[in-house]
Amino acid sequence: MQKKSKARKSMVSSLMPSLGSLAKRGLAGWLVIIGIVLVTAIVVVTMISPWIRPHDPSTILVGQPLVAPNSQFPFGTNDLGQDVFSRALSGGGIMLQVSILSVAICLLIGVPLGLFSSYAGGIIDRIFCLIMDSIYAFPGLVLAIAVAAMLGRGVTNMAISIAVVYVPSYFRVIRSQVLSIKEMPYVEAANSIGAKTRTVLSRYILPNVVPSIVVIATVNFADAILTAAGLTFIGLGVPVDIPDWGWDLTNGRRLLTSGAWWVITFPGIMIILLALGFTLIGEGLSELLNPRLEQ
Amino acid sequence: MTLRSYVISRIILTIPMIFILLTMVFVVIRILPGDPVLLHFEKAENLAAMEEMRHRLGLDKPIWVQYFEYVAGIFRGDLGESMQDYSPVAQQIWSAFPATMELAIFSMVVAVAVGIFFGVESSKAYNKPQDHMIRIFGIVAYAIPVFFLGMILQITLGVGLHLLPTGLRFNPTLSTPTGISIGNVHFSTGLYTVDSLLEGNIYKFVETLRYLFLPSLTLGLVLSGVFIRLTRSNMLETLRLDFVTAARARGLSENKVTYSYALRNAFLPVLTMMGLQFATLLGGAVLTETTFSWPGLGRYIVDRIGFRDYTAIQGAVVLFGIFVSVVSLVVDLLYAYLDPRIRL
Repeated sequence: MQKKSKARKSMVSSLMPSLGSLAKRGLAGWLVIIGIVLVTAIVVVTMISPWIRPHDPSTILVGQPLVAPNSQFPFGTNDLGQDVFSRALSGGGIMLQVSILSVAICLLIGVPLGLFSSYAGGIIDRIFCLIMDSIYAFPGLVLAIAVAAMLGRGVTNMAISIAVVYVPSYFRVIRSQVLSIKEMPYVEAANSIGAKTRTVLSRYILPNVVPSIVVIATVNFADAILTAAGLTFIGLGVPVDIPDWGWDLTNGRRLLTSGAWWVITFPGIMIILLALGFTLIGEGLSELLNPRLEQ
Repeated sequence: MTLRSYVISRIILTIPMIFILLTMVFVVIRILPGDPVLLHFEKAENLAAMEEMRHRLGLDKPIWVQYFEYVAGIFRGDLGESMQDYSPVAQQIWSAFPATMELAIFSMVVAVAVGIFFGVESSKAYNKPQDHMIRIFGIVAYAIPVFFLGMILQITLGVGLHLLPTGLRFNPTLSTPTGISIGNVHFSTGLYTVDSLLEGNIYKFVETLRYLFLPSLTLGLVLSGVFIRLTRSNMLETLRLDFVTAARARGLSENKVTYSYALRNAFLPVLTMMGLQFATLLGGAVLTETTFSWPGLGRYIVDRIGFRDYTAIQGAVVLFGIFVSVVSLVVDLLYAYLDPRIRL
């Protein structure tokens, strides 16, 4: 038992090198650091926003409607007289929930499916591949729209409709990795001493695909955030009066002709920073784990 | 394998792909939890009207009969009837299709042009500040919600500077370009750029481009990141090859070496990527069309979501899928034509 937890610990530490050692790995290391800092900062700000925001983000008419940024309202107010600054601080909640949930669903479905399909091989593998390739080839957002339109609104439904689109990416990556790992001598050795399929998959193969899973999950976070924003923009968002960047952008579209740039600019920048954070982590990690080109 | 047998086998492979796609859409709209008719009426109050709609749209038949009729209908070009007014969905979709097509073509041109230019410049300045700047631009482009970029361009170039129109596909004070009539035959593509030229009306052509500019720029820029990265990494590999060194040794200018020697080799992956990114492009088109009130397929889907018109949504989604399959087929064939190794 102790041995197992130790092994796990070393696996985690090899994956999550300390920030200091990352800084010594050149540009890729810095990308990961900047990404982690961005994401952490946004998550923390969203969580502690009830204590640091100057106004309640949902209260209307805390100021005059459509006030341009000034000393009292640093990001201005929207058409309902709500404080854009407070809304920018608190508006990440729904997007974070949706993206975490959808990445979790993708992991729970895509990873086992990829492992199973590639290890089973034969006709089962063929069928799964064909289905996954078809979903993968489909315009993601259009598919998510169709699923979301049928399931109705809500955080869980939104997460499911995003997950449907991205499960194939996990499946494909896992599958191609397993196909090469399956041929390794140590897997053959495990098979020849009579290890069960489950043991081989979980103890010999899974640990070797974990790095790829981490990379694809971080990139997928960014995709999930952007897809969630897109779904909200076309009216399939979560219908609550919780402040949400996606909703603010949607609302701001009507106000564009009035020249009220601040209503969309700040929530938009927040979405970019969050998506950018995850993209940077994914970008850096994939370069660190696959340094072929940079040599 | 000859080019001809490759073409035939590739076309045959597309058929199961389209079947799975049709089935997938059917499963999403008809079988997933959520009854389209109930969703359309929102509340189960007027049961008689609901029953009538079910009957009229054939939704009261056994599910496999529905599936068969649906697939057979698509092969006849019938995408079902709208829940809103029982009008044929296919007609509405066909009239929206050219707008999406035109936007897609021009956005792809922007994405590839920006991607190749910055990709090549980035590889030339490998590991210099210029290279880093371009790479950061590529990453940021990936992280921007396309509709946010669209709104920023609208508010700066459109509302602020009055340079460009911020919405619609054509100047509402002019009649839309209609193509050309020769004798009794009328030629029209539905693409305003082509139709205005067929009409021989340069003013309309310029107007069309003015309206196309912001939406294509928006969608193209968001997509350009992928092409920058791809061009850069391919160029880095190509620039190390002997024939590039040889070309340099012969005293050719650096621009000539990179753009007409090395880029030619790096272009095939770009072509493949164009096919792969086409699906992403269409997804982005839905949001871009909504931002710019562009009357295409994406706008159509979004409008129909507002009406809770699920048969129309289904039809449009199917057409999106078929569109992507056909484009990927064309790209593969083009690739085989350009690169004989594929056919081996």
